[in-house]
Formats: sequence, C-alpha cells, structure tokens
Amino acid sequence: MLANYGYKDASGDFFITIDTDKCDGCGDCVSACPAKIFEVLDEDPNDPMRDEPVAAVAGDKKKKLKYECNPCKPGTDRPQLPCVAACGAGAISHSW
Amino acid sequence: MAEEKQEFWRWTESNWKNPDIIWKDAKFVTVGIDVGSVSSQAVIMADGKILAYGNMRTGSDSPNSARNALKFALDALGDMSEERMDYCIGTGYGRVNVPFADRSVTEIACHARGANFLYGPEVRTVLDVGGQDIKAIQCDKKGKVTNFLMNDKCAAGTGRGMEVFSDLLGIPIQEVGDRSYEFKGEEPPAVSSTCVVYAKSEATSLLRKGWTKEEVLAAYCKAMADRIYSLVERIGVKPEFAVTGGMAKNRGVMDRIMPKIGIERMKTEWDTQIAGAAGAALFGYTLCQKGKGRVKG
Amino acid sequence: MISAGIDCGAKNTKTVILKDGKVIGKGSVLTGFDQEKAVEESLELAIREAGISRDDIGKIFGTGAGKDSVRMADDKVNEIKAMGKGAIFLFPNARTVADVGAEEGRAAKLDENGRPADFAINEKCAAGAGAFIEAMGRALETPLEEMGALALKSDKEIPMNAQCAIFAESEVIGLIHAKTEKQDISKAIHDSMASRIVSMIRRIGVNKDVVMIGGVAYNPGFVAAMKRELKLEKIHIPDDPEYGASLGAAVLAVDG
Repeated sequence: MLANYGYKDASGDFFITIDTDKCDGCGDCVSACPAKIFEVLDEDPNDPMRDEPVAAVAGDKKKKLKYECNPCKPGTDRPQLPCVAACGAGAISHSW
Repeated sequence: MAEEKQEFWRWTESNWKNPDIIWKDAKFVTVGIDVGSVSSQAVIMADGKILAYGNMRTGSDSPNSARNALKFALDALGDMSEERMDYCIGTGYGRVNVPFADRSVTEIACHARGANFLYGPEVRTVLDVGGQDIKAIQCDKKGKVTNFLMNDKCAAGTGRGMEVFSDLLGIPIQEVGDRSYEFKGEEPPAVSSTCVVYAKSEATSLLRKGWTKEEVLAAYCKAMADRIYSLVERIGVKPEFAVTGGMAKNRGVMDRIMPKIGIERMKTEWDTQIAGAAGAALFGYTLCQKGKGRVKG
Repeated sequence: MISAGIDCGAKNTKTVILKDGKVIGKGSVLTGFDQEKAVEESLELAIREAGISRDDIGKIFGTGAGKDSVRMADDKVNEIKAMGKGAIFLFPNARTVADVGAEEGRAAKLDENGRPADFAINEKCAAGAGAFIEAMGRALETPLEEMGALALKSDKEIPMNAQCAIFAESEVIGLIHAKTEKQDISKAIHDSMASRIVSMIRRIGVNKDVVMIGGVAYNPGFVAAMKRELKLEKIHIPDDPEYGASLGAAVLAVDG
C-alpha cells in the first residue's frame, strides 16, 4: 500500500509516501528524522489484516508536515533527506 | 452561532432494517460504528450482509454519538439486544472513543471495504469527502487499500468549508446542490481563493458587487470541485470510480467534479453515508471467520 | 533625488517618499475594493506629509500583491526584493528578514546588500498570515488591536492542534466553552501562528540579525511569541514595520 501522509493546502503539496509493502518496520527512519515524525506501529491501522509492524507518520505530525519537514528542505537546494537515506528498503519518498 | 450552524446542517437522519434476513440463524453478528465529525453511523451485519443501520448527526461527544447511532439501528431492528453482537469495530474521527468496540480501524480501510460492498468489487477508486477531511483511495477487487491520500489539515474542499458558506449565504445545506445552479446566463467562474478564510472575504466582496447568493454559491461549489479534484488527480483515477460520504449527495459539487474525472461515477441503492460503518462491520465479520473474533467468557 | 515606493497590500496600501536617503513622507490607507484609488490616496498622503509636489518625485516603484494597480510606477519590484532592501536600509546588519502581512507571510536570507539569497513564502493560506489572528480574534470576540496585549498577560502554554484557520476557530470556541481564560487562548493563538512563521524562517536558516516587518509586527503578543520560538533575545523591528516593503521599493527606485 502507498500511504500518503500529509496534506495539500493553498500554498502547496506536503506529502510523505510510505510504501508499506516495502517497509519492514525496522524503525531506522524513526531515529533518523530530526523532527521525530515517524513511528513504528505493531499493526497497520489502515490494513487490519496485516500483522507485521509498519512505519507511519505519528498522529499529530500529519497535519504539520509543512512545518515539521521544512528544516530539511531548503528552498534552493535538493539534498537527500535523512529519512530517505536511512530507509534501506527504499520505502519512503517525499513531495516538496 | 453554534445553534445557527446546526440549522443549516439539518439533513434527514434515517434508520433502516432489511426485512429479508432472519438474523437469529446468523453465525456472526458484527457491528461497525463510524463516528465522524458531522455524522455518525452504525451498521449491523449478519454474516456479512446488512441487517440494519442508523445514520444520525454526531453529538457533542464521541461515546454518546456511538451509543445513539447503535441504538438507532437497533430500534429499526426492534428485537435484537446488544449482547447478541459478536464483534464491533469503531472507525472515523472518533473511532478510539467507541466504548463498546472491540477494536478500531481507520476510515481509510473501512471506506475502501465499504465501497467494495456498496458499489461492487469493480470499484478501484473511492472518494470520500467528510466534514473535516478529504480521502482519495485506490483499492483492489477485495476492497483492500493499495494507495491512499487523506487531506485533514486544511478546510478547503471539506464539508466544513461548505458549512461555512451555507452559513455565510444563509442557504440550508440540503438546498446547496440545486440552488448552485439557479443563475442566469453563463456559469460564474470559481472563486480564486482556495483557503476558506480568503474565499469568504472574496464572497463578501462579490455580494457587494451585486452578485446573487446563487452565483456566489455556484462560484464556491466550482472552487470546491477544483480543490477536491486536485487531490483525486494526485492519486489518479482508475475505473470504476465511486463516491462515499455525505458530499456524494451534493450535486452542486459532484456535478462539477465529474466532467473533470471524465468517467461516470458508480451508482448504488445504498445510503452513501454508511460506507465507513459497513466496511467496519465487514472487517469484524472477516476477523470472526478467521477465529480472531472476541473471546467469549 | 526624491523617490517613492508604493506597496499595495491585501489590507493596506502604503507609500514612502525618500529624499537623499531620508524618509520625508509616509501614507497608509485601507486598500478596500478599489486598489488604484487606494494607491492614489496613499501617495497623496505621503506627498502632503513630505511637503513636496508630485512633480518633485523622480521615480516611483510599485510592489505588493496589488502592484499592477500602481499605474504611475516607473517599475515594479517583487515583494521579496522590496522587503530585503527595506530591511537592510533600516538595519545594515540584517541577514534574515520576515515580512508578515495580512494575507501572506514571507522570509528571506539576505546578503550584505540586502539581496535575497534564499526565501520562503506562505501564500494563499490564512494560517500563516495576519488574517489568522484576526479570524481568531472574531471567535474570541476581541478586537484585533487588543489581541496582542491580551496575550502578553498570560504565561500559560496551551497547545493548539489545528493548523488551518477554519479548524482553529472551532478549537478556540471549544476552549471558550471549557472556560479557558481569554488571555491564555490569545497567547495560544499567537504561539501557534509564530511557530508556523518560524518554521518558514528555519527553512532558509536563522541568520543574525533577524528583522521583522509587515503590519503584524505591530502586535506585541506576536513579537513576544516569535522571540520565544526563535529563542532570540532580540528581533529588530522598525518603528513603522508596515512601511518596510514600500521603503525597500523607494530605495530600489534610487539604486535602479
């Protein structure tokens, strides 16, 4: 499943996509993110039949991605993001 | 101010029972409760078939709204006690506050599963416009989510945005669809602001310029349609396409979205507002079948 | 040489007249529905204050959301450039500038000439602009001018969850029903708004000195919240922050 966390408002698109089929719930993204926006859940709340752990964007951070993710995303440069670099499974991508 | 808003939201509450099912023979009776920010539903299923449902406004707190919705559905049925329930799943915005639920499942999963049930297994893209969020979901033939996007931070395009406008213009919510087509000549262009706060001030200045309420409403419905479509577009529309939730009943917005999508939306005899609760009840049924239901003491 | 900068904003239209590096006239009027009229009026006000005639002005630059309505302008400059130039003119050490207006928030990193090296804009979303505090003031039944002073009376920290002005309004009403003190709600409103503006500034990096311009900088509650969020003792704010961008435009008109 492609889980798109975040939102779009009048000033732009702010989404993090987690491919839950690739995610193995290792939690490397949790420690890599300076804003601590990820968490690992024992069961996927969007897929009640799945039993393996999965990474997700933590509850209240979803509505603030524009503000929480900002510091890693300079306006003029596109460096690799720490969460994307940390994910060995290649499950995380961003729109910005 | 709060009382006034309630007035404009006065849509019809309803409950229903399926007279053809003898629930006493059922192996599993499962219940899905969807507590949304505006409306709450309870769906009671017997072996995966809808036995009864109740659909009503959400009250001031989630536990009571959940109880009332269930009671409303049980009232339609008449002769079932709460104890007969084998499993209950809560979903929606207030899902973790359903006191009698065995577990909670997100509305994303439930709407996909529910749409699969209400519209049939051909549905691949589900759009649900709720009171405070917009969900665009892709699912497989079993109703399992394959891709989703939920916009829950910004009021633009949500039921709440519509509520603000029905308040501003003094047009009851259930009349919005028809009244948004009561203009002479060409359809007015969409209001330019996506943000509801700015759209409101834009609307006020349009009224001052001499636009009719209906013209302003048309311009806003068009902006809502553009907004909602931009989220659907981001995830992509795979046929068939179905709409769940209350906004499916608002033709002012829906008739302005569909030409952009380019395909017909699927039709159903069911009340589109029960999709989430129906999906929850179905998950309960699947869990019971797999022996993962409630351990009865 | 005498130059003028006219900033036609969403709420107010401001004009600054500059003579040999000194401000000699200012004028601010509500923009209202007729932008061109507002431009004329604010220019008239500034001319009167300067005690000059219109023909004395060598060059006029327009800026702001309604810059196309500055018909008499010799040229138009974008808001980012104008705010950068305005900030460095007022505070030569300025390296970061935030301009928080009625309907838009912007931040830029500046070089020593006031040219923007990097910038961020929060546009078309009321959550990151003065409109947010105004809308919350309505919910709180408190005039906008009193909101800031009210916030200063509180030292409570109440988090606000909503990031959208419309949802925040319901949250404020919920807090009122829960009998939360008005001053505490007002502080929560300013804090949440400041955290959004600061996150925008963090995106470009916080370089000292930080300057804030735009009408919202008049609000002492907001300035206090910004200092807390930025963890800075001092943010430089000019006496007339709303004229920051029009001043920048007037300076650019001289520099060419």
